[in-house]
Amino acid sequence: MKRVFGWALGIILLVGLGGHAAFAQTADPTAAADAYVNAPRNWQMWLPVPGSPMEARIDWLMKYVLWIMTAIVVFVGGLMAFVLFRFNAGKNKTPAHFTHNTLVEVVWIVIPTLLLAVIIVPSISLIYYEADDANPYMTITATGHQWYWEYKYDSVPGLDYTSYMVPDDKLQPGDIRRLSVDHPIVVPVGKKIKFEITSSDVLHGFYLPSLGVQRYAVPGTMLTSWTTIPKIGTYYGECNQICGVNHDAMPIEIKAVSMEDYQAWIKVAQANYVMNSYTPHPLSSPLPVNEFAGLAVTK
Amino acid sequence: MSSTTHDDHAHNDHTHDAHGDHGHAKPGFVRRWLMSTNHKDIGTLYITSAVIAGCVGGILSMLMRAQLMYPHNHIISSGTEWNAIITAHGLIMIFWMVMPALIGGFGNWFVPMMIGAPDMAFPRLNNMSFWFLVMGFIFVMLGLLIGDGTGAGWTIYPPLDNARYSPGIATDFSLFSLHLAGISSLLGAINFIATILNMRAPGMTMHKMPLFVWAILVTAFLLLLAIPVLAGAVTMLIMDRNFGTSFFEPAGGGDPVLFQHLFWFFGHPEVYIMILPAFGVISHVVSTFSKKPIFGYLGMAYAMVIIGFVGFVVWAHHMFVSAISTDSRVYFEVATLVIAVPTGIKIFSWIATMWGGSIEFKTPMLWAIGFIFLFVIGGATGVVLANAGLDQELHNDYFLIAHFHYVLSLGAVFAIFAGFYYWIGKMSGHPYPEFWGKVHFWTTFIGVNLTFFPQHFLGLAGMPRRYPDYPDAFAGWNFVSSVGAMISGASTAVFFYILYRIFTSKEKLADNYWGEGATTLEWAVPSPAPHHTFEDVPVIQ
Repeated sequence: MKRVFGWALGIILLVGLGGHAAFAQTADPTAAADAYVNAPRNWQMWLPVPGSPMEARIDWLMKYVLWIMTAIVVFVGGLMAFVLFRFNAGKNKTPAHFTHNTLVEVVWIVIPTLLLAVIIVPSISLIYYEADDANPYMTITATGHQWYWEYKYDSVPGLDYTSYMVPDDKLQPGDIRRLSVDHPIVVPVGKKIKFEITSSDVLHGFYLPSLGVQRYAVPGTMLTSWTTIPKIGTYYGECNQICGVNHDAMPIEIKAVSMEDYQAWIKVAQANYVMNSYTPHPLSSPLPVNEFAGLAVTK
Repeated sequence: MSSTTHDDHAHNDHTHDAHGDHGHAKPGFVRRWLMSTNHKDIGTLYITSAVIAGCVGGILSMLMRAQLMYPHNHIISSGTEWNAIITAHGLIMIFWMVMPALIGGFGNWFVPMMIGAPDMAFPRLNNMSFWFLVMGFIFVMLGLLIGDGTGAGWTIYPPLDNARYSPGIATDFSLFSLHLAGISSLLGAINFIATILNMRAPGMTMHKMPLFVWAILVTAFLLLLAIPVLAGAVTMLIMDRNFGTSFFEPAGGGDPVLFQHLFWFFGHPEVYIMILPAFGVISHVVSTFSKKPIFGYLGMAYAMVIIGFVGFVVWAHHMFVSAISTDSRVYFEVATLVIAVPTGIKIFSWIATMWGGSIEFKTPMLWAIGFIFLFVIGGATGVVLANAGLDQELHNDYFLIAHFHYVLSLGAVFAIFAGFYYWIGKMSGHPYPEFWGKVHFWTTFIGVNLTFFPQHFLGLAGMPRRYPDYPDAFAGWNFVSSVGAMISGASTAVFFYILYRIFTSKEKLADNYWGEGATTLEWAVPSPAPHHTFEDVPVIQ
């Protein structure tokens, strides 16, 4: 019986791994892109490469807290392993009967409390840093819709457009399935960008992992966040609050470009984009013509 | 499962030789199982229904992992179906699996026995609370199966589940199912509080109560205070959906964020409602198999009281990226982190209980050790998530999924199995097969860790929850996770084989089949526990 079970497990694993190997050959389409692309990688085990100072600080605090927590898990695990080894019935036939030890009881209250204090100090400073959206260079209002994003550039009159995921059958070379969109957000590199996030229908989530930005998009409420992207390139995000049947099909794409390219893009966008369009387009809305031709960042 | 306790008590010469059964005729099947007022029979009903609901919820999770095994998969045909499945999985596992198993099941069976009471304080209320739960289960299944199903996630946030975006009747069924489960829990909580405060045997002072009883008492108070808030929020949702109110409609002056506050004012105590009874079970198992009394009894009991209390003032850590102010983020982070201290007291006290003991690695002890270690991992990631600044990165992604499955799927469920193997002899009168119990433990342990550990990586890489399809870069760890889920699924077959072995066993067990380490009152009565536990009131020194 035991052997049958082992074989069954082995077969499941082998079949699965075989299937997976066949798939893996087509994975990681980002490798071919020449411009800098900050997208998730297969078998990634840690946070994204920080695309913003905020994400760099999150990365630092994450390491700091996780090292402390890992030490605690290793300590508790080691302690348990020792106890189970030292006091198992074979080694220790007669159990002790103590039930109190004031010293250790005080120690295991005081030390965890101190560790918490050590975590809380840098953690609170990060909260205030993340909340500091004052004095931005520009503000973009991101409005969630079922199931696309709408971006309005507050400082550019009339620049208000929708952004749909590129459907699987319309993918161009260099696109990333489920992350690339038709009209990305385009921002100048190195400038502080404030996001005002809201929704026109249900809750959505404006989530940019590589920039450390996340806020719910709540109808009737405006939440804010901000970012600064020091490096020219493409960054991705996703809707991260369940919003209906196409919750997984409204990603966010941000291109950070030089100031000259940004100015050039504004003119192209103003000329080509559908303005103030609140009516849902079909997902296969036509891709814009050559909007990035001649820019430093290409698709 | 349903063949526990009956029959044998008539032949049992421990208690029944002189008095028979106090003149009660042995009830027929309908009278016994449909109209039951006996705490053990009702406990058995709860455990049986938890097994059934666990299978339904488990099948849903297998479907989800099958869909996520590869990107661009089509096992689940549409986003609608996917959302209905994730919603039902969450609701069923919480309200119809974990809670009925730990509170309704083990709580009903062992709280009266452990405090030397003849039954629960309100036996008919007890019956009613079980059948409300069954009605609720029917409703939640209708919410899954009718039309498009309920697709707002177990957190049922509006506006997605209002009449405009979820027009079908399925959502109403799911909302009413929460009312039914809520009433069931509320009646159960009242019953436990009345029983524990009033019906303890002479000499059983509050500070002598077994820790499982303490755990159920604290849990009952949490239910009593949290469930009405959920009921209010759900009622407002139903009103918004059906009667034109706008509690949560911005267009009518309402606010969806209000619902989030109300939901998590219930929802955060709810996670302690699920884990405190598990703490109670683990204390008994660790003490029994270390053959040592529990270390720091009072600290253990009051740690649960503190966890319960602080658990009520931390709810908005579920809303760090929603509409709360910066200073609120700071407060809710600090308050949340404080809970780590009493939780640490419990972990260290369990280890101190084992220290110096004579530890036997029977199946219940394996589950308990697994619980402690995996709960520490889940607690560690909980501390990470409690940092509002980090939650901005990790909120709603797979790091969170990994975290709460470590404390629930690997925490509460491990405690349920620890309790099952610990008490099944007392409930059924028959031993479980030790070898297969260990096979069940190891396959589950490997399966769930393989399922949920890689999800930490997915979350760090930025994979959002509730996605039926994902960017190809997340394929690797999703595949590993799905293989783990298959192994966990296969381990359930081992569990059913064990159930079969238990209920076809001819072997009889002694009153106290665990020996010197098992010191609570349930071990002083025969196995299986007779229909009426105590013929004479036990006196505790």
